[in-house]
Amino acid sequence: MTTLLRHRLFWPTAVLVVLLASNLVFSNNFFSITLQDGHLYGSLIDILRRSAPLVLVALGMTLVIATGGIDLSVGSVMAISGALACLLIGDLSNPDALGPVLLVVGAAIALCVVFGLWNGFLVAVLGIQPIIATLILMVAGRGVAQLITGGQILNVHSAPYRVIGAGYFLAVPVSFLIAAVAVGLTVALTRRTALGLLLESVGGSPTASRLAGIRARRITIMVYVFAAAFAGVAGLIYSSDVSSADSNAAGNLIELNAILAVVLGGTALTGGRFSIAGSVLGAVIITTLDITAVSVGVPVETTLLFKAVVVIILCLAQSATFRAKVFGRFGTKRVEVPA
Amino acid sequence: MADQLKMTGIKKIFPGVVALDGVDFRLLPGEIHALMGENGAGKSTLIKVLTGVYDIDGGEIELAGQQVRFTGPLQAQQAGISTVYQEVNLCPNLSVAENIFIGREPRKFGRIQWSEMRKRAAALLARLDLDLDVTAQLDSYSLAIQQMVAIARAVDIQARVLILDEPTSSLDASEVEQLFTIMRRLRDEGVAILFVSHFLDQVYEIADRMTVLRNGRLIGEFRTEDLPQMQLISKMIGKELEALEEIEEQAREASSPERGTPILEARQLGRTGAIAPFDLTIHAGEVVGLAGLLGSGRTELARLLFGADRPDHGELLVDGNASAVKSPREAMAKGIAFSSENRRTEGIIGELTVRENIILAMQAARGWTRPIPRRKQDELVDKYVKALQIRPADPERLVRDLSGGNQQKVLLARWLIIEPRLLIIDEPTRGIDVGAKAEIQRLVAQLADGGMAVLFVSAELEEVLRLSHKIEVLRDRRLVEELQNGDDVDADRIMQTIASGATP
Repeated sequence: MTTLLRHRLFWPTAVLVVLLASNLVFSNNFFSITLQDGHLYGSLIDILRRSAPLVLVALGMTLVIATGGIDLSVGSVMAISGALACLLIGDLSNPDALGPVLLVVGAAIALCVVFGLWNGFLVAVLGIQPIIATLILMVAGRGVAQLITGGQILNVHSAPYRVIGAGYFLAVPVSFLIAAVAVGLTVALTRRTALGLLLESVGGSPTASRLAGIRARRITIMVYVFAAAFAGVAGLIYSSDVSSADSNAAGNLIELNAILAVVLGGTALTGGRFSIAGSVLGAVIITTLDITAVSVGVPVETTLLFKAVVVIILCLAQSATFRAKVFGRFGTKRVEVPA
Repeated sequence: MADQLKMTGIKKIFPGVVALDGVDFRLLPGEIHALMGENGAGKSTLIKVLTGVYDIDGGEIELAGQQVRFTGPLQAQQAGISTVYQEVNLCPNLSVAENIFIGREPRKFGRIQWSEMRKRAAALLARLDLDLDVTAQLDSYSLAIQQMVAIARAVDIQARVLILDEPTSSLDASEVEQLFTIMRRLRDEGVAILFVSHFLDQVYEIADRMTVLRNGRLIGEFRTEDLPQMQLISKMIGKELEALEEIEEQAREASSPERGTPILEARQLGRTGAIAPFDLTIHAGEVVGLAGLLGSGRTELARLLFGADRPDHGELLVDGNASAVKSPREAMAKGIAFSSENRRTEGIIGELTVRENIILAMQAARGWTRPIPRRKQDELVDKYVKALQIRPADPERLVRDLSGGNQQKVLLARWLIIEPRLLIIDEPTRGIDVGAKAEIQRLVAQLADGGMAVLFVSAELEEVLRLSHKIEVLRDRRLVEELQNGDDVDADRIMQTIASGATP
């Protein structure tokens, strides 16, 4: 029991279970999943589908935070990617042809990679503090997106494009599948190779890492490129879901939700050890919270407040120090090792 | 005289380990008392119990005749127990004055009186014969000065008991003298001082009495003059003395290596403000010692050879070929390894495991796309954990939970698995216990016998003398003399060079 309690994913998982269970009180059929028109329907499916963009952004954020950095520009990058995709699709002679749409998707992600390189260059080469370096793109990126859309909301009608955010494959939402593949890819990339170890090392101590011969600069640039590329995909999912590009709404404040997801998942903002599974759980928790607010019937104007209160409770529940204070000896006791 | 502090039957148990087993300890007012023992003997635990960091599981603590029990460091401090730790526990980004008065700034109507604070800080430092700009940021001063500031802070808190945990490990000889002067003055004022140090000479110079611990048990309390050094060591390690003497001889016997193309040759290599241009050659199988006071440019010289800093003068030849070693990575590719003196900030990565720390350099050299297979990792790590006797022998333990000596061994293992041709080790034995120190020295001698070149940097002259074939003496950021180690070379001879800056 104590080993289970001490597992670092115990508390995030517990939180998610409690959240889901509390939904049951308000709607009896919360857990029911039905098959309609060859699509799975139900609140749980909805959570999975709506979590996808946040999961993607949180994945990139996890890697960036592991190196001791932070990326505030992911929301703006989402907007840029959606804007470019919609602009290019609007120019296609046949927006329903698969090939050209795939090219468009590739172009949008490629542009995001360029922005990721820019962030990485500012942080790793020029040595600007990550929060400032990415703040530049956070602000400027919205401007770029608006420039692309000409300040309008661009509506598109393209069947292949719509599949990304709103389609189903074998009855499962495509956006969920994309997120799942991204998670698998990230896990493989960090844990099957030595990238994860080197990331944690750079985040743990940049000086020691340099003296151990690690190319910290290259690795740092790489994580910002990942973050931007994943944000780009998230931007495509968002814009495809609504069949339009809205430079202001796309990815608005998602950087904060992503940071929250990472922290809820047990990765420290100071860098070092990271948990991908934790961040995914964190992202799902936040999405569940949004959906719960609606299903519980919290008035729209107080939704944000409701969310804030729950998040505070979540964070306190996860803090070992707080639990020890409140529950005394029943909280997880700090293991001390004699020096 | 009544005891200032009396601890009886102290017991402290950690999961799976009895750290202190019925230890008695007392401190008299106006004495300097040394607490002796190997790493893991329970010294740190006893200090942490005394300073309120740990609660005790049994026993009693009496302070000036009154029974006390601390539940936190603040309480202990308020009761008059001040501590200065080995690693400076101050805020490097605050000024000297702020560091001294942090948490108890002189205030008037809630407003901090800055000028008053600066004045008092300057006065306090003057009392310790330190002349510093109290408004300067702490990290603009050397580690040694920072340590002095920490002591100034501890002294200013009206201390009845002052605990100095390895205060001298980063100080050079003159600074140690300065510290001892202060300690004697405080002792004469009636402060009870608990002193922990791995430098036996220092202990014998300053301590009135000593308490020896081993494996969490009290071995005994002695007057310093009643216990000769060798007896103390055998009480600390619980072994006979022959084992120690063996090492002494081993290294001396190693013959001077054959000449040929040096692995590394520096020609007028230098870096402005760090080290004046110097010449240096290192051959395979040779142990070259760097001797000099703290701040004499020892570390700076070593860093240039590893590419940790870039030289702005002269050239570096590896295997006779002029080659720019521009980064640690390039140095590693040429078979050069460097273990930094700052174990905690430039060496280990605390939140990674022993295994991960050991394979780090090798993995970095391979690049992230070619991970070392887990089985090979375990094999290598197991081998070195055994060979270097890293304790606890659990590769999945976090490195930050290990003692200083074991962290040092982990660092050595990190470099040994890449099988370097030249190993540069900066202060590998600082702040670690006698047993581990002997093991590391023995290892260096063995490596050199096996053909590895070693550049050995240490503040302890005895150690440099014992291991090196050739000794480079530094002074004021300049390499002033090269000595072939022989019977005519001893510590006095090197001290003379350091003191005078020229051959006598």
